[in-house]
Amino acid sequence: MNTFLSPVLNYSLLSPILVVLGGAVIGVLIEAFASRKVRPIAQLSVTFGTLLLALIQVWRIRGQSSLSAAMGSVVIDGPTLLMQGSILVISLLAVGLIADQEHFTALAAATPGSAEEHASIQSGEQLTEIYPLTLFAVAGMLLFPAANDLITLFVALEMLSLPLYLMAGLSRRRRVLSQEAALKYFLLGAFSSAFFLFGAAYLYGYSGSVSLDGIRESVIGGSGNDVILLIGIAFLSIGLLFKVGAVPFHAWSPDVYQGAPTPVTAFMAAATKVAAFGAMLRIFYTAFANAYWEWRPMLTGIAIITMFFGSVVAIAQRDIKRMLAYSSIAHAGFLLTGVIALNKAGLEASLFYLFAYGVATVGAFGIVTLVRDSSGEVTDLKRWTGLGKRSPFVASLFAAFLLAFAGIPLTSGFIGKFSIFSAAYESGNHAIVLVGVLSSAIAAYFYIRVIVLMFFSDPVEDGTTVIIPSVLTWVTVLGSFAITIFLGVFPTPFLNFISSLAVFLR
Amino acid sequence: MNWLTTLMALPLLGALVIAALPKSMSNKVKPVALATTLVVAGATIAMAVGFQRDNVDMQFVEVHSWIPSFGISYALGVDAIALVLILLSVLLAPIVVLAGWNEPNGGRWGVKTFYVLMLVLETMMIGVFAATDVFLFYVFFEAMLIPVYFLIGGYGTGERAAAAVKFLLYSLFGGLLMLVSIIALYVLSGEQGGHTFDTFALSHLKMSSMTENLLFLGFFIAFAIKAPVWPFHTWLPDAAAAATPGTSVLLLGVLDKVGTFGMIRYCLTLFPNATKTFTPVILTLAVISIIYGAFLAIGQKDIKRLIAFTSISHFGFITMGIFAMTSQGHSGATLYMFNHGFSTAALFLVAGWMISRRGSSKIADFGGLQRVTPVMAWTFFIAGMSSLALPGLSSFVSEFLVLVGTYTRYPVAAVIGTFGIVLAALYILIPVQKALHGPVTAGNEALTDLNLREKIAIAPVLAVIVALGFYPSPLLNVINPGAAHTIANAGFTDPLPQINGEVGK
Repeated sequence: MNTFLSPVLNYSLLSPILVVLGGAVIGVLIEAFASRKVRPIAQLSVTFGTLLLALIQVWRIRGQSSLSAAMGSVVIDGPTLLMQGSILVISLLAVGLIADQEHFTALAAATPGSAEEHASIQSGEQLTEIYPLTLFAVAGMLLFPAANDLITLFVALEMLSLPLYLMAGLSRRRRVLSQEAALKYFLLGAFSSAFFLFGAAYLYGYSGSVSLDGIRESVIGGSGNDVILLIGIAFLSIGLLFKVGAVPFHAWSPDVYQGAPTPVTAFMAAATKVAAFGAMLRIFYTAFANAYWEWRPMLTGIAIITMFFGSVVAIAQRDIKRMLAYSSIAHAGFLLTGVIALNKAGLEASLFYLFAYGVATVGAFGIVTLVRDSSGEVTDLKRWTGLGKRSPFVASLFAAFLLAFAGIPLTSGFIGKFSIFSAAYESGNHAIVLVGVLSSAIAAYFYIRVIVLMFFSDPVEDGTTVIIPSVLTWVTVLGSFAITIFLGVFPTPFLNFISSLAVFLR
Repeated sequence: MNWLTTLMALPLLGALVIAALPKSMSNKVKPVALATTLVVAGATIAMAVGFQRDNVDMQFVEVHSWIPSFGISYALGVDAIALVLILLSVLLAPIVVLAGWNEPNGGRWGVKTFYVLMLVLETMMIGVFAATDVFLFYVFFEAMLIPVYFLIGGYGTGERAAAAVKFLLYSLFGGLLMLVSIIALYVLSGEQGGHTFDTFALSHLKMSSMTENLLFLGFFIAFAIKAPVWPFHTWLPDAAAAATPGTSVLLLGVLDKVGTFGMIRYCLTLFPNATKTFTPVILTLAVISIIYGAFLAIGQKDIKRLIAFTSISHFGFITMGIFAMTSQGHSGATLYMFNHGFSTAALFLVAGWMISRRGSSKIADFGGLQRVTPVMAWTFFIAGMSSLALPGLSSFVSEFLVLVGTYTRYPVAAVIGTFGIVLAALYILIPVQKALHGPVTAGNEALTDLNLREKIAIAPVLAVIVALGFYPSPLLNVINPGAAHTIANAGFTDPLPQINGEVGK
């Protein structure tokens, strides 16, 4: 046993992750060596190119699956590739927003309000570190749903989180709020990582293995100590539920959503959710599938509280970004019903829902970036009053995204909601469907309230305007809109595509 | 020929044309809208001519797979009831456009948006009655809320935003309850031989009586909110009072019929046993609606709210006719849906003209209209007489059929319901007396009478009311076989008259 086995890697299957990591490293090199003038355009092209290349790579290997892509620690199968594809598409859309440098501080290290900061803004510097940070986060997100053992899972979790903590603090306006958000996100994230590790340790103690297969074997064998398994599942879940923003582990999300620069919020809200739910689906559908009696009651409770709490508290919000944060909490609850369903329909529905929700989220935040006054974005809902009069087109697009969140037919949100609730119903969990539907009704209220504000109230004259968006922002918003409507009217091709791939390899 | 798809495509086409009209041609918006609705009405009549009335199966059927992974198809088809309601929708549409020529002028947005919303709504009204796939029906059922929401909130008067939100939230809540039932049907169909949403296939599902009862309730509450049946009615008076008269006509005349139509098409067909279980409760609610709506109508000071409450009373009659489970009751209910559409249209349109001339919707502000504006006063009078079901006008036939049909099985409900007719005389004659007769109230002296456009718009409505009052057979001949078929399908037979041989002695 002393012979050293050289690791065998299947580079072609790992290529999406490797391409993104490579792009990130190139980005760092550009930061180090390129002149200040060429940096923005170079970084932007590298980022777009990288993400596009990775997406092409995902498409090329779409039919393949393997457990041994990286010595068993990474599994490439249909769900992995679907989630990687979703993350890449969402990231491409989000980068269109990130490219608008207006949102980011010129010099992150400068103290807010200092002369140094002032000078950096005067000199027209731009913060281009955001691009490699984004790519590193994307790489972590691509790895997260593919991870097949707890160590890789943890590494991926940190890899996607650390850049996000930084990115949350880079806002140009209201920098203290932004930095506070970053710190909160970091501290609570560190806690959740600790919980995750603690759970992983218990699971190792239970099964003697860190790989999901090993844990699965032990669960099926049933010879271990169930208490230790339960503790392990509980703590591991806390770590994951924190990332998806489920109640009662949601406290960070409204503050972070509000404080972070809006393009980062868009990226984080959409892509992180896909990655985290991807990992969660894999863990619960493979490793813990046969212990569902241990975790189902707990997750059912959390899903019910999350849906209900998110919808109810969102009603009281006066800030558009906070409202979208609570709406994303409610959606995390809806998505949890897909995890609990534990059947093929549940997996397919979750994959569809994640993509549809992620795209609509990026689009909605894209519009939030457009509503500004002289001191930056306007997120106070009161000041959105009468937006429909001033810029009917932008307001209509935003209304369409809100209707998609509310799950009105002919939008992607409705197909997502229908499929995820029918999967949950099929699993015999009727109560959760009823709560989900009632929460949707509550949620509809606050989405509609924003529409009322925009369209049915007279505008107040306070300098709030909708700026002419940059080309990239336009592409992002219109692209998201097109996808949202297309998936609502003709979901068949995408559903069939998901259905043909959605089987976890284990 | 794909009749139904064509019918649905035409208004959309018109909406596109209107949306594409340049600013310089903005005076063409209204003519294009009117022409579109007229073409649709003509095409529908052309289709209706080909309807085989003795054939109780779906006709003009179109089926295309839409989302096969969920078993959802784009399936259209009409039976007698659906045909009658589609006819109602497309006939009312041009009348509403013509009658409300100046309606959109006071709105938040332009005239264009108004007619685009109106035409999109027309497409959805046809779709919701033509869909034979439950999922497709649900899509139209929910999606049609959006144009109505903007029509009320954008072009209404008074508390229009609040009324629009109330309307939307009530309907969404009901729709979501129905969605739970639809999901359950979907899962059940998957367990019993493959996912489908075909109404016919779903009607053969086996389920426990508990499940059936719960699923029935999911559908019924959604339809009861839509119809609206007491105690789910509170959104209607607000919405009807805030909306423009034209929108109110479509709201009460057509959209609310989706509720009663849904009860027949989905509650009865899919859950016959649950229907039996719940019939006593629903009949009670229907009778309460009749009496309660009538009493509140008597008490109203606002003319639009008054019409809204009369409709609640009328929907009580329709619901009673449906759940009496006799073929007369069903024929009567279906005919009632059609007639109520026209008599409410007449009331609302004339009331709208009165209100726009006077600048107030309070009944007390009118008085002596008969002297100042005789034509307007007489049309309002005829519309009112139709609403109280005066013999010789169309509503009488349907109300009579409903009462007869109910009496043969549920005499108590029918007897109490009959009081609704007495109350109807009160709630119509009091405003008629106050607004039309008596001395001319101050401020009314200079009101102008109906102009030619308004006369042209109201004439066909009154013509239909009178014609069907004297000679309802053309419509009844279409309705009767379908109604009898629905009753037989749900496992009911008409009770035989209990007459002993001594009558003729």
